[in-house]
Amino acid sequence: MDQSAFILQQIVNAIFLGSIYALIALGYTMVYGIIELINFAHGELFTAGAFIGVIVLTGLQSFGFVESHFVISMIIVFGLAMAYVAVLGVAVEHVAYKPLRDSSRLAALLSALGMSIFLSNGMMLSQGVSDRAYPPVFGVQGIDIGGAIITNGQIFIVLLAIAMMIALQLFVHRTRLGKAMRATAQNRTMARMLGIDIDQTIRITFMIGPALGAAAGVMVGLHYGAVRFDMGFIFMIKAFAAAILGGIGSIPGAMIGGLTIGAIEVFWAAFLPSAWKDVTTFTVLILVLYFKPSGLLGESESEVRV
Amino acid sequence: MSKPSLLQLKDVHTFYDNIHALKGISLSVPQGAIVCLIGANGAGKSTTLMTIFGVQPCRKGKIVFDGHPIHELPPERVAARGVSQSPEGRQVFPRMSVFENLEMGAFLRKDKEGIQNDLDWVFSLFPVLKDRIGQIGGTLSGGEQQMLAIGRALMARPKLLLLDEPSLGLAPKLVEKIFETIIEINRNSATTIFLVEQNAQMALSISSLGFVMETGRIVISDKASALLENKQVKKAYLGE
Repeated sequence: MDQSAFILQQIVNAIFLGSIYALIALGYTMVYGIIELINFAHGELFTAGAFIGVIVLTGLQSFGFVESHFVISMIIVFGLAMAYVAVLGVAVEHVAYKPLRDSSRLAALLSALGMSIFLSNGMMLSQGVSDRAYPPVFGVQGIDIGGAIITNGQIFIVLLAIAMMIALQLFVHRTRLGKAMRATAQNRTMARMLGIDIDQTIRITFMIGPALGAAAGVMVGLHYGAVRFDMGFIFMIKAFAAAILGGIGSIPGAMIGGLTIGAIEVFWAAFLPSAWKDVTTFTVLILVLYFKPSGLLGESESEVRV
Repeated sequence: MSKPSLLQLKDVHTFYDNIHALKGISLSVPQGAIVCLIGANGAGKSTTLMTIFGVQPCRKGKIVFDGHPIHELPPERVAARGVSQSPEGRQVFPRMSVFENLEMGAFLRKDKEGIQNDLDWVFSLFPVLKDRIGQIGGTLSGGEQQMLAIGRALMARPKLLLLDEPSLGLAPKLVEKIFETIIEINRNSATTIFLVEQNAQMALSISSLGFVMETGRIVISDKASALLENKQVKKAYLGE
Protein backbone atom coordinates (compact mmCIF):
# COMPACT_ATOMS: atom_id res chain seq x y z
CA MET A 1 0.00 0.00 0.00
CA ASP A 2 1.49 3.33 -0.99
CA GLN A 3 1.46 6.49 1.06
CA SER A 4 -1.62 8.10 -0.51
CA ALA A 5 -3.65 4.95 -0.09
CA PHE A 6 -2.53 4.79 3.51
CA ILE A 7 -3.66 8.34 4.15
CA LEU A 8 -6.95 7.71 2.39
CA GLN A 9 -7.41 4.69 4.63
CA GLN A 10 -6.84 6.83 7.68
CA ILE A 11 -9.34 9.42 6.48
CA VAL A 12 -11.93 6.69 6.12
CA ASN A 13 -11.11 5.38 9.58
CA ALA A 14 -11.30 8.88 11.02
CA ILE A 15 -14.72 9.55 9.53
CA PHE A 16 -15.89 6.18 10.77
CA LEU A 17 -14.72 6.63 14.36
CA GLY A 18 -15.68 10.31 14.35
CA SER A 19 -19.26 9.56 13.29
CA ILE A 20 -19.62 7.16 16.20
CA TYR A 21 -18.23 9.70 18.67
CA ALA A 22 -20.52 12.30 17.16
CA LEU A 23 -23.62 10.16 17.63
CA ILE A 24 -22.74 9.62 21.31
CA ALA A 25 -21.76 13.25 21.80
CA LEU A 26 -25.19 14.34 20.53
CA GLY A 27 -26.79 12.67 23.52
CA TYR A 28 -24.63 14.65 25.94
CA THR A 29 -25.09 17.91 24.19
CA MET A 30 -28.87 17.64 23.73
CA VAL A 31 -29.45 16.79 27.38
CA TYR A 32 -27.08 19.51 28.51
CA GLY A 33 -28.79 21.98 26.21
CA ILE A 34 -32.16 21.30 27.79
CA ILE A 35 -31.45 20.78 31.49
CA GLU A 36 -27.79 21.79 31.90
CA LEU A 37 -26.86 18.40 33.24
CA ILE A 38 -24.09 16.08 32.14
CA ASN A 39 -25.86 12.76 31.84
CA PHE A 40 -23.12 10.50 33.17
CA ALA A 41 -25.34 7.49 32.57
CA HIS A 42 -25.14 8.11 28.82
CA GLY A 43 -22.15 5.78 28.38
CA GLU A 44 -24.13 2.98 29.99
CA LEU A 45 -27.14 3.69 27.79
CA PHE A 46 -24.80 3.34 24.82
CA THR A 47 -23.59 -0.01 26.17
CA ALA A 48 -27.16 -1.15 26.80
CA GLY A 49 -27.88 -0.44 23.13
CA ALA A 50 -24.90 -2.59 22.14
CA PHE A 51 -26.21 -5.45 24.30
CA ILE A 52 -29.74 -5.28 22.92
CA GLY A 53 -28.15 -5.28 19.48
CA VAL A 54 -26.12 -8.42 20.12
CA ILE A 55 -29.08 -10.22 21.68
CA VAL A 56 -31.43 -9.41 18.81
CA LEU A 57 -28.84 -10.03 16.12
CA THR A 58 -27.83 -13.39 17.58
CA GLY A 59 -31.49 -14.35 17.78
CA LEU A 60 -32.15 -13.38 14.18
CA GLN A 61 -29.04 -15.15 12.97
CA SER A 62 -29.89 -18.38 14.75
CA PHE A 63 -32.58 -19.05 12.16
CA GLY A 64 -30.70 -17.60 9.22
CA PHE A 65 -32.83 -14.46 8.89
CA VAL A 66 -29.85 -12.09 8.64
CA GLU A 67 -28.52 -13.79 5.50
CA SER A 68 -31.88 -13.86 3.78
CA HIS A 69 -33.17 -10.43 4.81
CA PHE A 70 -30.19 -8.23 5.64
CA VAL A 71 -31.85 -4.82 5.47
CA ILE A 72 -34.89 -5.88 7.47
CA SER A 73 -32.60 -7.49 10.04
CA MET A 74 -30.64 -4.27 10.47
CA ILE A 75 -33.85 -2.27 10.82
CA ILE A 76 -35.01 -4.69 13.52
CA VAL A 77 -31.65 -4.70 15.35
CA PHE A 78 -31.20 -0.93 15.32
CA GLY A 79 -34.90 -0.29 15.86
CA LEU A 80 -35.18 -2.51 18.93
CA ALA A 81 -31.91 -1.31 20.45
CA MET A 82 -32.88 2.33 19.95
CA ALA A 83 -36.44 1.84 21.19
CA TYR A 84 -35.34 -0.05 24.29
CA VAL A 85 -32.72 2.52 25.21
CA ALA A 86 -35.13 5.39 24.49
CA VAL A 87 -37.46 3.92 27.09
CA LEU A 88 -34.54 3.37 29.43
CA GLY A 89 -33.44 6.98 28.91
CA VAL A 90 -36.88 8.30 29.83
CA ALA A 91 -36.92 6.02 32.88
CA VAL A 92 -33.50 7.28 33.99
CA GLU A 93 -34.70 10.87 33.65
CA HIS A 94 -37.86 10.14 35.57
CA VAL A 95 -36.18 8.30 38.41
CA ALA A 96 -32.84 10.06 38.79
CA TYR A 97 -33.15 13.59 37.38
CA LYS A 98 -36.73 14.79 37.45
CA PRO A 99 -37.07 14.73 41.26
CA LEU A 100 -33.90 16.84 41.48
CA ARG A 101 -34.78 19.36 38.81
CA ASP A 102 -35.10 22.21 41.28
CA SER A 103 -32.21 21.13 43.51
CA SER A 104 -28.58 22.10 43.21
CA ARG A 105 -26.69 21.02 40.13
CA LEU A 106 -24.33 19.00 42.26
CA ALA A 107 -27.19 16.84 43.52
CA ALA A 108 -28.30 16.04 39.97
CA LEU A 109 -24.72 15.35 38.95
CA LEU A 110 -24.26 12.90 41.78
CA SER A 111 -27.52 11.26 40.88
CA ALA A 112 -26.24 10.90 37.32
CA LEU A 113 -23.05 9.26 38.55
CA GLY A 114 -25.09 6.94 40.74
CA MET A 115 -27.30 6.02 37.79
CA SER A 116 -24.19 5.28 35.74
CA ILE A 117 -22.85 2.90 38.40
CA PHE A 118 -26.27 1.31 38.84
CA LEU A 119 -26.71 0.61 35.12
CA SER A 120 -23.14 -0.57 34.71
CA ASN A 121 -23.51 -3.06 37.56
CA GLY A 122 -26.91 -4.11 36.29
CA MET A 123 -25.38 -5.00 32.94
CA MET A 124 -22.47 -6.77 34.60
CA LEU A 125 -24.86 -8.93 36.61
CA SER A 126 -27.22 -9.68 33.75
CA GLN A 127 -24.71 -9.98 30.87
CA GLY A 128 -21.58 -11.18 32.63
CA VAL A 129 -18.12 -9.70 32.89
CA SER A 130 -16.54 -11.14 29.77
CA ASP A 131 -16.70 -10.03 26.16
CA ARG A 132 -19.78 -10.98 24.27
CA ALA A 133 -19.18 -11.67 20.57
CA TYR A 134 -21.21 -9.92 17.89
CA PRO A 135 -22.08 -12.24 15.01
CA PRO A 136 -19.98 -11.09 12.02
CA VAL A 137 -22.44 -9.89 9.41
CA PHE A 138 -20.31 -7.81 7.09
CA GLY A 139 -17.26 -9.96 6.43
CA VAL A 140 -14.13 -8.35 5.05
CA GLN A 141 -15.31 -7.45 1.55
CA GLY A 142 -15.23 -3.84 0.61
CA ILE A 143 -14.31 -1.31 -1.97
CA ASP A 144 -10.66 -1.00 -2.94
CA ILE A 145 -9.70 2.57 -3.79
CA GLY A 146 -6.06 2.67 -4.80
CA GLY A 147 -5.12 0.20 -2.13
CA ALA A 148 -7.27 1.65 0.63
CA ILE A 149 -9.99 -0.75 1.70
CA ILE A 150 -13.30 0.59 2.80
CA THR A 151 -15.29 -2.33 4.12
CA ASN A 152 -19.00 -2.74 3.47
CA GLY A 153 -19.50 -2.52 7.22
CA GLN A 154 -17.76 0.84 7.41
CA ILE A 155 -19.75 2.22 4.50
CA PHE A 156 -23.00 1.00 6.01
CA ILE A 157 -22.22 2.42 9.45
CA VAL A 158 -20.99 5.81 8.24
CA LEU A 159 -23.98 6.25 5.94
CA LEU A 160 -26.36 5.28 8.71
CA ALA A 161 -24.69 7.65 11.17
CA ILE A 162 -24.85 10.52 8.68
CA ALA A 163 -28.49 9.75 7.91
CA MET A 164 -29.31 9.85 11.61
CA MET A 165 -27.56 13.18 12.06
CA ILE A 166 -29.38 14.67 9.08
CA ALA A 167 -32.66 13.34 10.45
CA LEU A 168 -31.90 14.95 13.80
CA GLN A 169 -31.11 18.30 12.18
CA LEU A 170 -34.37 18.13 10.23
CA PHE A 171 -36.24 17.23 13.39
CA VAL A 172 -34.95 20.13 15.48
CA HIS A 173 -35.28 22.70 12.69
CA ARG A 174 -38.40 21.65 10.86
CA THR A 175 -40.81 20.06 13.29
CA ARG A 176 -42.97 21.65 15.95
CA LEU A 177 -41.53 19.45 18.70
CA GLY A 178 -37.97 20.00 17.53
CA LYS A 179 -38.45 23.74 17.61
CA ALA A 180 -39.99 23.46 21.05
CA MET A 181 -36.84 21.65 22.12
CA ARG A 182 -34.59 24.41 20.82
CA ALA A 183 -36.78 27.08 22.39
CA THR A 184 -36.65 25.27 25.73
CA ALA A 185 -32.87 25.02 25.53
CA GLN A 186 -32.55 28.72 24.76
CA ASN A 187 -34.98 30.09 27.33
CA ARG A 188 -36.97 27.71 29.45
CA THR A 189 -39.24 30.21 31.21
CA MET A 190 -40.14 31.93 27.96
CA ALA A 191 -40.81 28.58 26.31
CA ARG A 192 -43.26 27.73 29.10
CA MET A 193 -45.00 31.08 28.72
CA LEU A 194 -45.63 30.22 25.08
CA GLY A 195 -47.38 27.03 26.11
CA ILE A 196 -44.55 24.54 25.62
CA ASP A 197 -44.82 21.55 27.94
CA ILE A 198 -41.33 21.32 29.41
CA ASP A 199 -41.80 17.83 30.86
CA GLN A 200 -42.70 16.51 27.44
CA THR A 201 -39.78 18.31 25.81
CA ILE A 202 -37.34 16.86 28.34
CA ARG A 203 -38.80 13.38 27.87
CA ILE A 204 -38.33 13.60 24.12
CA THR A 205 -34.74 14.75 24.60
CA PHE A 206 -34.15 11.75 26.83
CA MET A 207 -35.55 9.52 24.12
CA ILE A 208 -33.64 10.88 21.15
CA GLY A 209 -30.22 11.35 22.80
CA PRO A 210 -30.03 7.84 24.28
CA ALA A 211 -31.51 6.29 21.11
CA LEU A 212 -28.68 7.81 19.07
CA GLY A 213 -26.22 6.52 21.68
CA ALA A 214 -27.76 3.05 21.37
CA ALA A 215 -27.34 3.16 17.61
CA ALA A 216 -23.68 4.02 18.15
CA GLY A 217 -23.41 1.07 20.55
CA VAL A 218 -24.73 -1.32 17.91
CA MET A 219 -22.33 0.18 15.36
CA VAL A 220 -19.38 -0.33 17.69
CA GLY A 221 -20.47 -3.91 18.31
CA LEU A 222 -20.88 -4.62 14.62
CA HIS A 223 -17.50 -3.16 13.77
CA TYR A 224 -15.32 -4.33 16.63
CA GLY A 225 -17.13 -7.64 17.01
CA ALA A 226 -17.59 -7.61 20.77
CA VAL A 227 -19.35 -5.82 23.59
CA ARG A 228 -18.67 -5.71 27.30
CA PHE A 229 -20.49 -4.14 30.25
CA ASP A 230 -17.79 -1.53 30.81
CA MET A 231 -17.14 -0.59 27.17
CA GLY A 232 -19.18 2.57 27.61
CA PHE A 233 -16.57 4.27 29.72
CA ILE A 234 -13.89 5.00 27.15
CA PHE A 235 -16.45 5.96 24.50
CA MET A 236 -18.17 8.15 27.03
CA ILE A 237 -14.95 10.00 27.81
CA LYS A 238 -14.18 10.56 24.14
CA ALA A 239 -17.70 11.57 23.20
CA PHE A 240 -17.90 13.86 26.19
CA ALA A 241 -14.66 15.48 25.06
CA ALA A 242 -16.20 15.79 21.58
CA ALA A 243 -19.30 17.51 22.97
CA ILE A 244 -17.19 19.94 25.00
CA LEU A 245 -14.81 20.56 22.10
CA GLY A 246 -17.69 21.38 19.75
CA GLY A 247 -19.40 23.52 22.37
CA ILE A 248 -21.69 21.75 24.80
CA GLY A 249 -25.32 22.40 23.96
CA SER A 250 -24.65 22.81 20.24
CA ILE A 251 -25.89 20.03 17.98
CA PRO A 252 -23.65 20.86 14.99
CA GLY A 253 -20.86 21.34 17.54
CA ALA A 254 -21.23 17.75 18.74
CA MET A 255 -20.97 16.49 15.17
CA ILE A 256 -17.87 18.56 14.41
CA GLY A 257 -16.36 17.73 17.80
CA GLY A 258 -16.90 14.00 17.21
CA LEU A 259 -15.25 14.09 13.81
CA THR A 260 -12.36 16.17 15.17
CA ILE A 261 -11.67 13.81 18.06
CA GLY A 262 -11.95 10.81 15.72
CA ALA A 263 -9.49 12.38 13.27
CA ILE A 264 -6.95 13.31 15.95
CA GLU A 265 -7.04 9.84 17.39
CA VAL A 266 -6.77 7.99 14.08
CA PHE A 267 -4.05 10.18 12.57
CA TRP A 268 -1.97 10.24 15.72
CA ALA A 269 -2.11 6.48 15.97
CA ALA A 270 -1.23 6.16 12.27
CA PHE A 271 1.97 8.18 12.35
CA LEU A 272 3.05 8.54 15.96
CA PRO A 273 3.25 6.34 19.03
CA SER A 274 -0.30 5.13 19.44
CA ALA A 275 -0.01 4.81 23.20
CA TRP A 276 -0.08 8.62 23.25
CA LYS A 277 -3.21 9.05 21.17
CA ASP A 278 -5.53 9.68 24.11
CA VAL A 279 -3.07 12.11 25.66
CA THR A 280 -3.06 14.02 22.41
CA THR A 281 -6.84 14.04 22.16
CA PHE A 282 -7.19 15.60 25.56
CA THR A 283 -4.30 17.99 25.00
CA VAL A 284 -6.11 19.34 21.96
CA LEU A 285 -9.27 19.62 24.03
CA ILE A 286 -7.46 21.61 26.70
CA LEU A 287 -5.86 23.88 24.11
CA VAL A 288 -9.17 24.61 22.40
CA LEU A 289 -10.81 25.38 25.73
CA TYR A 290 -7.90 27.59 26.70
CA PHE A 291 -8.40 29.80 23.66
CA LYS A 292 -12.16 29.41 23.29
CA PRO A 293 -13.71 28.28 26.58
CA SER A 294 -17.16 27.85 25.06
CA GLY A 295 -15.89 25.29 22.54
CA LEU A 296 -15.73 25.54 18.75
CA LEU A 297 -19.41 26.33 18.13
CA GLY A 298 -20.58 27.09 21.65
CA GLU A 299 -22.05 30.42 22.63
CA SER A 300 -20.25 32.30 25.35
CA GLU A 301 -22.15 32.93 28.58
CA SER A 302 -22.84 36.56 27.76
CA GLU A 303 -24.36 35.73 24.39
CA VAL A 304 -26.56 33.08 25.90
CA ARG A 305 -27.95 35.52 28.42
CA VAL A 306 -28.91 38.20 25.89
CA MET B 1 -70.13 51.79 33.92
CA SER B 2 -68.12 48.76 34.89
CA LYS B 3 -67.43 46.27 32.16
CA PRO B 4 -66.98 42.66 33.27
CA SER B 5 -63.40 42.08 34.33
CA LEU B 6 -61.23 39.69 32.37
CA LEU B 7 -58.57 39.44 35.04
CA GLN B 8 -58.90 39.81 38.77
CA LEU B 9 -56.27 39.58 41.48
CA LYS B 10 -57.50 39.25 45.05
CA ASP B 11 -55.04 39.72 47.89
CA VAL B 12 -52.15 38.10 46.00
CA HIS B 13 -48.94 37.39 47.93
CA THR B 14 -45.68 36.32 46.30
CA PHE B 15 -42.35 35.48 47.90
CA TYR B 16 -38.83 35.11 46.60
CA ASP B 17 -37.47 32.72 49.19
CA ASN B 18 -38.12 34.78 52.31
CA ILE B 19 -38.55 38.13 50.63
CA HIS B 20 -42.17 39.19 50.63
CA ALA B 21 -42.36 40.67 47.12
CA LEU B 22 -46.11 41.11 46.66
CA LYS B 23 -47.93 41.99 49.85
CA GLY B 24 -51.55 41.50 48.99
CA ILE B 25 -52.23 42.84 45.50
CA SER B 26 -55.82 43.32 44.45
CA LEU B 27 -56.75 44.70 41.08
CA SER B 28 -59.06 44.09 38.21
CA VAL B 29 -58.63 44.51 34.48
CA PRO B 30 -61.85 45.12 32.50
CA GLN B 31 -62.48 43.23 29.28
CA GLY B 32 -61.17 45.08 26.24
CA ALA B 33 -59.39 47.82 28.15
CA ILE B 34 -55.82 49.06 28.34
CA VAL B 35 -54.79 49.13 31.98
CA CYS B 36 -51.42 50.15 33.33
CA LEU B 37 -49.43 49.43 36.41
CA ILE B 38 -46.87 52.09 37.23
CA GLY B 39 -44.30 52.42 39.94
CA ALA B 40 -40.62 52.72 40.70
CA ASN B 41 -37.99 50.11 39.99
CA GLY B 42 -38.30 47.19 42.37
CA ALA B 43 -41.89 47.98 43.38
CA GLY B 44 -42.97 44.53 42.20
CA LYS B 45 -44.48 45.32 38.79
CA SER B 46 -42.73 42.54 36.89
CA THR B 47 -43.32 40.17 39.78
CA THR B 48 -47.03 40.89 39.43
CA LEU B 49 -46.94 39.84 35.77
CA MET B 50 -44.86 36.75 36.53
CA THR B 51 -47.27 35.78 39.30
CA ILE B 52 -50.25 36.15 36.97
CA PHE B 53 -48.45 33.85 34.55
CA GLY B 54 -47.65 31.25 37.18
CA VAL B 55 -43.89 31.66 36.80
CA GLN B 56 -43.71 32.91 40.37
CA PRO B 57 -45.99 30.90 42.64
CA CYS B 58 -48.86 32.81 44.22
CA ARG B 59 -48.44 31.85 47.88
CA LYS B 60 -51.72 33.34 49.05
CA GLY B 61 -54.73 34.92 47.38
CA LYS B 62 -56.63 34.35 44.14
CA ILE B 63 -56.15 35.12 40.49
CA VAL B 64 -59.22 34.76 38.30
CA PHE B 65 -58.95 34.93 34.53
CA ASP B 66 -61.95 34.75 32.22
CA GLY B 67 -64.07 33.37 35.04
CA HIS B 68 -61.63 30.63 36.11
CA PRO B 69 -59.04 30.56 38.89
CA ILE B 70 -55.53 30.37 37.41
CA HIS B 71 -53.31 30.92 40.44
CA GLU B 72 -52.41 27.26 40.72
CA LEU B 73 -51.67 26.71 37.03
CA PRO B 74 -48.15 26.39 35.58
CA PRO B 75 -47.17 28.93 32.88
CA GLU B 76 -47.91 26.61 29.96
CA ARG B 77 -51.50 26.17 31.16
CA VAL B 78 -51.95 29.88 31.72
CA ALA B 79 -50.78 30.40 28.13
CA ALA B 80 -53.35 27.85 26.96
CA ARG B 81 -56.10 29.93 28.64
CA GLY B 82 -55.28 32.86 26.38
CA VAL B 83 -52.67 34.94 28.16
CA SER B 84 -49.43 35.98 26.51
CA GLN B 85 -46.59 38.19 27.58
CA SER B 86 -43.83 40.34 26.22
CA PRO B 87 -41.69 39.98 29.32
CA GLU B 88 -39.05 42.01 31.06
CA GLY B 89 -35.78 41.78 29.14
CA ARG B 90 -37.72 40.75 25.98
CA GLN B 91 -36.57 37.13 26.23
CA VAL B 92 -36.23 36.67 22.50
CA PHE B 93 -34.90 33.22 21.58
CA PRO B 94 -31.33 34.22 20.72
CA ARG B 95 -30.51 31.39 18.31
CA MET B 96 -33.79 31.31 16.45
CA SER B 97 -34.65 33.48 13.48
CA VAL B 98 -37.20 36.28 13.65
CA PHE B 99 -39.59 34.02 11.78
CA GLU B 100 -39.06 31.11 14.17
CA ASN B 101 -39.51 33.38 17.18
CA LEU B 102 -42.84 34.53 15.79
CA GLU B 103 -43.74 30.96 14.94
CA MET B 104 -43.10 29.92 18.56
CA GLY B 105 -45.57 32.59 19.63
CA ALA B 106 -48.27 30.63 17.83
CA PHE B 107 -47.10 27.33 19.35
CA LEU B 108 -50.51 26.38 20.74
CA ARG B 109 -52.48 27.33 17.66
CA LYS B 110 -53.57 24.98 14.92
CA ASP B 111 -55.45 27.39 12.61
CA LYS B 112 -52.92 27.79 9.81
CA GLU B 113 -54.87 30.51 8.04
CA GLY B 114 -55.32 32.54 11.20
CA ILE B 115 -51.63 32.23 11.99
CA GLN B 116 -50.73 33.49 8.52
CA ASN B 117 -53.12 36.42 8.88
CA ASP B 118 -51.65 37.34 12.24
CA LEU B 119 -48.14 37.05 10.84
CA ASP B 120 -49.09 39.51 8.10
CA TRP B 121 -50.63 41.74 10.73
CA VAL B 122 -47.50 41.67 12.91
CA PHE B 123 -45.40 42.53 9.84
CA SER B 124 -47.70 45.45 9.09
CA LEU B 125 -47.34 46.71 12.67
CA PHE B 126 -43.56 46.24 12.64
CA PRO B 127 -42.32 46.26 9.03
CA VAL B 128 -38.71 46.01 10.22
CA LEU B 129 -39.41 42.45 11.39
CA LYS B 130 -40.30 41.48 7.85
CA ASP B 131 -37.01 42.91 6.59
CA ARG B 132 -35.17 40.85 9.20
CA ILE B 133 -37.25 37.70 8.88
CA GLY B 134 -34.26 35.37 8.58
CA GLN B 135 -32.01 37.13 11.06
CA ILE B 136 -31.12 35.42 14.34
CA GLY B 137 -32.91 36.90 17.36
CA GLY B 138 -29.76 37.46 19.39
CA THR B 139 -28.28 39.76 16.74
CA LEU B 140 -31.21 42.20 16.62
CA SER B 141 -30.98 45.67 18.17
CA GLY B 142 -32.79 46.34 21.44
CA GLY B 143 -35.67 48.07 19.70
CA GLU B 144 -36.05 45.28 17.17
CA GLN B 145 -36.02 42.70 19.96
CA GLN B 146 -38.76 44.66 21.70
CA MET B 147 -40.90 44.59 18.58
CA LEU B 148 -40.17 40.90 18.12
CA ALA B 149 -41.19 40.15 21.70
CA ILE B 150 -44.46 42.04 21.27
CA GLY B 151 -45.03 40.44 17.87
CA ARG B 152 -44.40 37.00 19.31
CA ALA B 153 -46.88 37.66 22.09
CA LEU B 154 -49.46 38.75 19.51
CA MET B 155 -48.98 35.58 17.49
CA ALA B 156 -50.71 33.69 20.28
CA ARG B 157 -53.81 35.79 19.56
CA PRO B 158 -54.27 36.28 23.29
CA LYS B 159 -57.33 37.41 25.16
CA LEU B 160 -55.01 39.20 27.53
CA LEU B 161 -51.68 40.69 26.52
CA LEU B 162 -49.17 41.46 29.28
CA LEU B 163 -46.53 44.00 28.32
CA ASP B 164 -43.57 44.55 30.62
CA GLU B 165 -41.85 47.89 30.02
CA PRO B 166 -42.23 47.98 26.25
CA SER B 167 -40.51 51.40 26.20
CA LEU B 168 -37.43 50.44 28.20
CA GLY B 169 -34.18 51.44 26.56
CA LEU B 170 -35.77 52.70 23.37
CA ALA B 171 -35.20 55.98 21.57
CA PRO B 172 -38.01 58.51 22.23
CA LYS B 173 -39.29 58.30 18.66
CA LEU B 174 -39.54 54.54 18.90
CA VAL B 175 -41.28 54.79 22.27
CA GLU B 176 -44.02 56.85 20.66
CA LYS B 177 -44.34 54.35 17.85
CA ILE B 178 -44.60 51.45 20.30
CA PHE B 179 -47.37 53.17 22.25
CA GLU B 180 -49.25 53.98 19.06
CA THR B 181 -48.96 50.33 18.14
CA ILE B 182 -50.31 49.28 21.53
CA ILE B 183 -53.42 51.39 20.93
CA GLU B 184 -53.74 49.90 17.46
CA ILE B 185 -53.47 46.35 18.83
CA ASN B 186 -56.16 47.08 21.39
CA ARG B 187 -58.51 48.62 18.83
CA ASN B 188 -58.01 46.20 15.96
CA SER B 189 -58.11 42.92 17.80
CA ALA B 190 -60.09 43.86 20.91
CA THR B 191 -57.20 42.46 22.94
CA THR B 192 -57.19 43.43 26.58
CA ILE B 193 -53.83 44.90 27.51
CA PHE B 194 -52.20 45.03 30.92
CA LEU B 195 -49.20 47.27 30.72
CA VAL B 196 -46.37 47.67 33.20
CA GLU B 197 -44.35 50.86 32.76
CA GLN B 198 -41.90 53.24 34.32
CA ASN B 199 -42.78 55.77 31.67
CA ALA B 200 -45.91 56.77 33.60
CA GLN B 201 -46.84 59.71 31.41
CA MET B 202 -47.03 57.61 28.25
CA ALA B 203 -48.64 54.64 29.94
CA LEU B 204 -51.39 56.67 31.61
CA SER B 205 -52.11 58.62 28.45
CA ILE B 206 -53.15 55.48 26.57
CA SER B 207 -54.81 53.62 29.46
CA SER B 208 -58.30 53.81 30.86
CA LEU B 209 -57.33 52.63 34.34
CA GLY B 210 -54.11 52.88 36.26
CA PHE B 211 -52.64 51.31 39.36
CA VAL B 212 -49.72 52.75 41.27
CA MET B 213 -47.45 50.31 43.02
CA GLU B 214 -44.98 50.87 45.85
CA THR B 215 -42.90 48.18 47.56
CA GLY B 216 -45.21 45.29 46.87
CA ARG B 217 -48.51 47.07 47.38
CA ILE B 218 -51.02 48.90 45.21
CA VAL B 219 -51.20 52.36 46.77
CA ILE B 220 -53.50 54.15 44.34
CA SER B 221 -55.97 52.88 41.80
CA ASP B 222 -58.04 55.21 39.69
CA LYS B 223 -59.00 56.21 36.19
CA ALA B 224 -55.89 56.98 34.20
CA SER B 225 -57.10 60.48 33.44
CA ALA B 226 -57.54 61.13 37.16
CA LEU B 227 -54.10 59.76 37.93
CA LEU B 228 -52.56 62.16 35.43
CA GLU B 229 -54.01 64.97 37.56
CA ASN B 230 -53.24 63.36 40.92
CA LYS B 231 -50.79 65.50 42.93
CA GLN B 232 -49.02 62.56 44.50
CA VAL B 233 -48.61 60.78 41.16
CA LYS B 234 -47.48 63.97 39.46
CA LYS B 235 -44.82 64.52 42.07
CA ALA B 236 -43.51 60.98 42.25
CA TYR B 237 -43.88 59.65 38.70
CA LEU B 238 -44.54 62.43 36.25
CA GLY B 239 -41.60 64.57 37.28
CA GLU B 240 -43.65 67.69 37.98
